[in-house]
Amino acid sequence: MMSHTIECLECGATLNLASDLMLGEILACPDCAVELEVVSLDPIQVDLAPMEVEDWGE
Amino acid sequence: MRIGVLCSRVRVEEKLLFNAFAERGVDVVRLDERELAIQPTSFIPNVDILLERSVSTNAGLIAAQLFEAVGTTVINNYHTASICADKIRTSLVLAQHGVPQPITEIAFSEESALQAIERIGYPVVLKPPVGSWGRLLARINDRDAAEAIIEHKLTLGSYQHHVFYIQEYITKPQRDIRAFVIGTEVICAIYRQSSHWITNTARGGQAANCPVTDELAHICQQAALAVSNQQGGILAIDILEDEHRGYLVCEVNHTMEFRNSIDTTGVNIPMRIVQYVLEVAQGVAAR
Repeated sequence: MMSHTIECLECGATLNLASDLMLGEILACPDCAVELEVVSLDPIQVDLAPMEVEDWGE
Repeated sequence: MRIGVLCSRVRVEEKLLFNAFAERGVDVVRLDERELAIQPTSFIPNVDILLERSVSTNAGLIAAQLFEAVGTTVINNYHTASICADKIRTSLVLAQHGVPQPITEIAFSEESALQAIERIGYPVVLKPPVGSWGRLLARINDRDAAEAIIEHKLTLGSYQHHVFYIQEYITKPQRDIRAFVIGTEVICAIYRQSSHWITNTARGGQAANCPVTDELAHICQQAALAVSNQQGGILAIDILEDEHRGYLVCEVNHTMEFRNSIDTTGVNIPMRIVQYVLEVAQGVAAR
């Protein structure tokens, strides 16, 4: 891992990253609650996660 | 046996599953449906067993069909998933197998929906036939609300919302039950407690351990067998408690979330799922 924190794309808050971060993992910003998707591990990059759509669920 | 996991969004649940596979020393192939493009006639999958965990119900169902068509064993299989994904089909198979459920009517027009609602009696619950996480549920307390909601659905909703799935409202004790079935075994259950009538944990319901009594296990097994052509699977059964009729099956989920139920029940749900997948894989390998 090159970095253990990342900046929220929405509000700029700092997110601490787990050591077992996975591609595709969803991170919730502790400040603004926006969801970020991990799109790259090396280097660590996140994007805003896709918004919930009608057929999502369990 | 090559084992795959289909998912795009890696929720807490998928991460726990990947970690459980790793703990068992099993390398899994991760498949993201956003990266798939499949020719039905010439598709050669790179897995023999596929655990379907897509957050998109539609993508999961389509992928299950395409993988099964070329011989992959999908968990849950398409038959089971397609029933669980559709509340109308779920109600149908529960009724066919004599599994207790709330009084339910399906109506196809404004007039027939209003008649059904008044036949059942207020309050009723109107649900989208396909949906999850408590989205777009409506408790209707009177005729004015019924007319308004139906008009809104007909005017603003897509065609899927033009068929009305209407259920009696069960006056439950500020909670419902979510029971987890692996194979045909009820491994644990939680109460989902909320002061709101919608008790989904996705909507803020709080989880507490629910003892699995023989009575609870029986109705959950009945429901699991009914939706799965008697095969069982990885399923979550939602149960309502009626003061007079006892347990009623509300719905069955086929890609269940369980993050709030592990510590609550003391059961390692992701490891139980992984064990089940490995058992299925052993069975396939032995054929």
